[in-house]
Amino acid sequence: MTTAAIGKYDFAPMDSADKFPAPLLYFGWEDHLMMCAPYCVPFPPNLVFGDMLRGPFADIYGYHPDFAKIDWDKAEWFKSGKPWKPDYTKSLADNGLKHKDVIRFRTPGLTGLKGSCH
Amino acid sequence: MDMPAKKLGLKERYAALTRDLHWDTTYQPMDKVFPYVSYEGIKIHDWSKWEDPFRLTMDGYWKYQAEKERKLYAIMDAFAQNNGHLGVTDARYINTLKLFLTGVSPLEYMAHRGFAHVGRSFPGAGARVACLMQSLDEIRHAQTQIHSMSVYNKHYNGFHDWQHMHDRVWYLSVPKSFFDDAVTAGPFEYMIAIGFAFEYVLTNLLFVPFISGAAYNGDMGAMAFGFSAQSDESRHMTLGLEMIKFILEQDPDNVPIVQRWIDKWFWRGYRVLTLVAMMMDYMLPKRVMSWKEAWEIYAEENGGALFADLARYGIRVPKGWKQACEDKDYLSHQAWNVFYNYGAAAPFHTWTPSKEDMDWLSAKYPNSFDKLYRPLWEHYTEQAEKGNRYYSKTLPMLCQTCQIPMFFTEPGDPTKICYRESEYKGEKYHTCSDGCKEIFDNEPEKYIQSWLPVHQIYQGNCFLPGTDPTAPGFDPLIAVLQYYNMNIGRDNFDFNGIEFGKGSEDKNNFEKWKAMSTGNM
Repeated sequence: MTTAAIGKYDFAPMDSADKFPAPLLYFGWEDHLMMCAPYCVPFPPNLVFGDMLRGPFADIYGYHPDFAKIDWDKAEWFKSGKPWKPDYTKSLADNGLKHKDVIRFRTPGLTGLKGSCH
Repeated sequence: MDMPAKKLGLKERYAALTRDLHWDTTYQPMDKVFPYVSYEGIKIHDWSKWEDPFRLTMDGYWKYQAEKERKLYAIMDAFAQNNGHLGVTDARYINTLKLFLTGVSPLEYMAHRGFAHVGRSFPGAGARVACLMQSLDEIRHAQTQIHSMSVYNKHYNGFHDWQHMHDRVWYLSVPKSFFDDAVTAGPFEYMIAIGFAFEYVLTNLLFVPFISGAAYNGDMGAMAFGFSAQSDESRHMTLGLEMIKFILEQDPDNVPIVQRWIDKWFWRGYRVLTLVAMMMDYMLPKRVMSWKEAWEIYAEENGGALFADLARYGIRVPKGWKQACEDKDYLSHQAWNVFYNYGAAAPFHTWTPSKEDMDWLSAKYPNSFDKLYRPLWEHYTEQAEKGNRYYSKTLPMLCQTCQIPMFFTEPGDPTKICYRESEYKGEKYHTCSDGCKEIFDNEPEKYIQSWLPVHQIYQGNCFLPGTDPTAPGFDPLIAVLQYYNMNIGRDNFDFNGIEFGKGSEDKNNFEKWKAMSTGNM
């Protein structure tokens, strides 16, 4: 199926990687809907994965009472919904993350405020 | 020229003022005069089969509308002169008007443009005249809404630059892109999108909540424009229904095309109604009914009957119907949490529901509220009272199709965010639901052009000219709010104040003025 048009209909995508200061990474915390939606941040590709967790993630998610209880060694990760294992000591690029990839993490045992998944 | 011998009857007069205005062109071929009528694949064999759903002539239309206008402006003048704004339940209500003015009134204007454009595109005089009248109705609605809400702009924050905001502010890209999608489609798709799916199937879920909300909360001004628009709305509904039946009756090949448009535009419209859901359940101090109840009456009952009627043409209920019915327990709560998260970045106030509000929500939503949402609001309130009100400072991931932050949950599991992914020409695209993914996959060429506010901010396109993002201490979020032309600290943040408990300017002024009008201050 294509767009019905009266002539040639061919446009460049609005959000290709070259237009951003760094590739976009989307990320979400499962079972914690207080932070209402996954986030979108252009992270430098040479940022070390573990540094991202200790730095930006702590700033972003630190408000949630569960965040301080996270054991990152037990976190389960998903990339595009499929189980995935990042290497915390490697950079985002070396972990294979590219522009507009989406990752999620689940923290077993932590299910939000009074178990409400918020 | 032959002069009529006697005064024409209503029917003849109608024919003379509509059908007789049409002729087949001879200097230019008809397909050059009406170039947009065939490229969508819709086959129309006989425009004379168009049944005019209402026999209104232009001169009759004019007299009728002028009369309504006189009444409306009399009420609006009285409302303004008597400080009618102090009669509303409390200042939280006024935020629903900010949402309406920035999110809905600009769509009325777009509907005016859209109907003028498609009216010009149809080679049938009946459809053309009906579209012309609707086009005029829509610009009148835009004008009367702006006019009747202008009185609030004298007293309250957030009303000052609605058109500018509509084109820029993150959540307003949701209604804006919805209508831009419709007006950039062909004339038949536009008629199914706006004339049928929106005006016929979903309009009651937009106007009834806002206008009844106004009535319940003592807002005579907004109520008056609602009633003034009401008789037009029933005409619009009739036009939408006539259009779909006409297209379906003209050729069986039209059925699958129309079905795809119904699937698409039901879902697009339903997503826009997210804003109405949260307005009904969370923003009205005195609530009319819950979103869930409104959905059951206006969608499940009325819509169910409509699609049973259309079944004889081979049309079935829209694909997302079941999902939308399932979501009614969760939608408004999830949506208000988004605005609570981003309460620093919207030009209206947000708040947590009071204990009484929560008891009402709990009674209306026995399947979901206490289990899923009460713990959240109680936590937020407790933190806010300790001076730790939550504001998210990180931008959310948006759906490529509806442009709403990706907060919607999986079918059957309200605790799990729904992620969908597509690939087009080597680039990844993310959507919030099966409905939005299918719309994207059907026309990726169109949706790769989406102006997603979050991505535009990161591309550096949402700062005022002269802004230097490399300057020391540069705060990108403040710069974006300046680009939105928000009065930072007055339009945004919690209804109960930036410093929680001290009150927003709107809240404090309303209480002060109300006390002055009822006592001796």
